[in-house]
Amino acid sequence: MGGVSVAPVEIERPETRGAPSSVPEPDVPWVTVVHNDPVNLMSYVTYVFQSYFGYSKDKAHRLMLDVHHKGRAIVSSGTREEMERDVQAMHGYGLWATLQQER
Amino acid sequence: MSGRFEPLPGGGAAVALDDVEISILRSLALQLAELIGPGDQPAGGDDPLAALFAEGPSAPPSDPALARLFPDAYCPPDQELGPREEKAAREASAEFRRFTENDLRARKRDDALAMVRDLDSLAAGAPGAAPAVLELEPEKSRQWLGALNDLRLAIGTRLEVTDEDDGGELLRLPDSDPRKPMVMAYFWLGGLQETLVETLMPG
Repeated sequence: MGGVSVAPVEIERPETRGAPSSVPEPDVPWVTVVHNDPVNLMSYVTYVFQSYFGYSKDKAHRLMLDVHHKGRAIVSSGTREEMERDVQAMHGYGLWATLQQER
Repeated sequence: MSGRFEPLPGGGAAVALDDVEISILRSLALQLAELIGPGDQPAGGDDPLAALFAEGPSAPPSDPALARLFPDAYCPPDQELGPREEKAAREASAEFRRFTENDLRARKRDDALAMVRDLDSLAAGAPGAAPAVLELEPEKSRQWLGALNDLRLAIGTRLEVTDEDDGGELLRLPDSDPRKPMVMAYFWLGGLQETLVETLMPG
């Protein structure tokens, strides 16, 4: 991952503090969403999806096109901690990413 | 300006840069490092242990370019949230920011400064001399790729680039427009990044 590798956050965080939903639904998975922006190159976004998530060229390309045409794409899902890690990594790459609970 | 990275046999990438290009790139990378800055340092920030446990900022940066580099993690730009959800999303974003922004700032700053050092080590010859060739190993290529992207994000935000501007309106600015040099740099950096990413693309 080199210069853009992501150090996991080592600091322990209480799970409940700052939960984004007033009614937490522990069984509903969290997702990482990447949003379209006018600066990032299509090839770069594809590269990030391939190299960080290890997605195939086809899948990475498809997700990039979703971001570009639909304005957003869900790029990963999992626990809240995992999605925070992914969002932090996306910010490291300069992609505009947020996490949310799937509804 | 050629502004194209070429793949090196066995991995890595190379680009020819003349004096002017080196000095523009160096100046932009330095400005980026200064813009990112160390962030909010706690008092007595020399203590590495204190720095390790120091919390980062909780509010998004007021500078639009920095706000783009360090966005709110729980606030989607394309969704209207209800007042209660919105408040919760802001609080969660602030929490996330406290634990991540300092680290992210440090890494982006390091990448920009590494770019400056690499350019300095290129030791440009006399003015008008043949362009120097910058060679990057794969690790370095990835560092440069990140820094070039951050640079374009910062400049693109300053120029208020929108999708419609993609190669359009901004390219047709008259030479007298004060934004012109920055626009030229923006598209030149785009070419550098595009050709660099091609050299890194896995199969």
